[in-house]
Amino acid sequence: MPEVMTSLKERMKVVNLSFYYGKNQVLKNINMPIYDKRITALIGPSGCGKTTLLRCFNRMHDLYPGNRYEGDILLDNKSIFDRDVDLIDLRSRVGMVFQKPTPFPMSIFDNVAFGLRLKGIKGSELKDRVEQALKDSALWDEVKDRLKDSAFSLSGGQQQRLCIARAIAVEPEVLLFDEPTSALDPISTAKIEELIIELKKKVTIVIVTHNMQQAARISDYTGFMYLGELIEFNPTEKIFTKPDKKLTEDYITGRFG
Amino acid sequence: MKTYRKFLNFFMLSLSTFMAIYGIFWLFWILYSLLVNGFKYLKPELIYLDPTPAGVEGGGLRHAFVGHLILTSLGTLIGVPIGIAAGIFFSEYARHNKLFAIFRQITDIMVSTPSIVIGAVVYALLVKPLGHFNGLAGAVALALLMIPVIAITTDEMLKLVPQQMREAAYALGAHQWQVIKSVILRAAKVGILTGVLLGVARISGETAPLLFTSFNNAYMNLNLMKPVASLTVTMFDYVMGPYKYWHEQAWAAAFVLTMGVLLLSITAKLVLHGNLIKPLTYIVRSFTRSKDKEE
Repeated sequence: MPEVMTSLKERMKVVNLSFYYGKNQVLKNINMPIYDKRITALIGPSGCGKTTLLRCFNRMHDLYPGNRYEGDILLDNKSIFDRDVDLIDLRSRVGMVFQKPTPFPMSIFDNVAFGLRLKGIKGSELKDRVEQALKDSALWDEVKDRLKDSAFSLSGGQQQRLCIARAIAVEPEVLLFDEPTSALDPISTAKIEELIIELKKKVTIVIVTHNMQQAARISDYTGFMYLGELIEFNPTEKIFTKPDKKLTEDYITGRFG
Repeated sequence: MKTYRKFLNFFMLSLSTFMAIYGIFWLFWILYSLLVNGFKYLKPELIYLDPTPAGVEGGGLRHAFVGHLILTSLGTLIGVPIGIAAGIFFSEYARHNKLFAIFRQITDIMVSTPSIVIGAVVYALLVKPLGHFNGLAGAVALALLMIPVIAITTDEMLKLVPQQMREAAYALGAHQWQVIKSVILRAAKVGILTGVLLGVARISGETAPLLFTSFNNAYMNLNLMKPVASLTVTMFDYVMGPYKYWHEQAWAAAFVLTMGVLLLSITAKLVLHGNLIKPLTYIVRSFTRSKDKEE
């Protein structure tokens, strides 16, 4: 392992993680670190389990019956599967942005305020935090005069940035992105990518992407997954120039996938 | 081959058009005769006068209008919260539970229960034990009729809300009830209100469940422990009766009731789809905005 990798702080750590949908094993014995204030990309062909892995990080799978985890995921050296872990608390520490923009049926302001209000934040602090989140997500100038308008009045790209604003407003430690640009046009995609790079100053980021160029452009580390296994985890530059595994190279060079 | 396909296409299109017209024809025929006859006998006294003794011309159906309004409102008041709560339960709390899936199926079937059965059930529960017909039993029968309608529509409308929207709310650290209250119900409100409206429309035209429960009353009565007159049962009695002016009053009452339901659904649709309210708010907003600029 290169020197830089070991000297970085691990915000999260996946340890021998397996995941089952009913009897189907979808993730097989995965081990990987998530480095603090870095962008980690998960790539791989459709159905390889990258989104499934991402959804383990905030235990989104717990919403549905018949799912089972084995192994462990640590957040700040504490297991997220411990009995005393409060899912509400976990999910406000590990935020998530989805594939399609998911604005709530309320005003732009109320969308960003949603998570803050859940935490009991009110009044001028609420206003300030909403404004800050909208500034941090590069949306403030476009919406500052129409905060009371419905969130659905925004364009797709703006809606996605609103969702990012909503997620960062609660100041999570880790932010999960599930193919955040796959439903957007190239210009909106570029804006979101810029934004994600900007965000890593404050927050640790894990992003699932179908788009290898995107992983190469924005991430610091990349995990390549195939058929539920993590084939290779390395600095992005290494993955895309001289990967350790033949399978990774075949995928990167487009021989399958 | 090509001509055959063209012919088949033409044939099927004509067939479905014809069937649609056939169906709509009867509906419009009923509506037409109702409007013509009802309007012909419509007099203002119908609403503000109580009935005259049987056989004496004149009078109105004030007692039935008031009774009908009371029964329908009380039925709605009981039925709507229970129906919506049941819909929320089916969609949000019991979606993956097999036992409750059966309950939901039964509720679905109950939407088409013959309403006289509901009347008989409520008769056994609230009329027999009390010893006499009463308005409360009528309202409860109406509520029981509307609960499945509202529960099923609510459930279906909530299930239409994309799962990702729920997940997005959970991902911000919301409790289930917060997700339901602040996000899911809001997203589905138009659909749910449509269900409520369907329910109200359904019960406001019912006769059978009231026959065994609130029965009828020739006098104005506001006591829910006694029989209460309703438009539908009164219409039924009047149509069966021997006097011509009874028949006329029944036509007029049917006209008013139909118009009432029509008006209710049109208003609700306008409000829900914003066609009535939205233009107004836009006008108001543009007005205040231009004023701001002037200042």
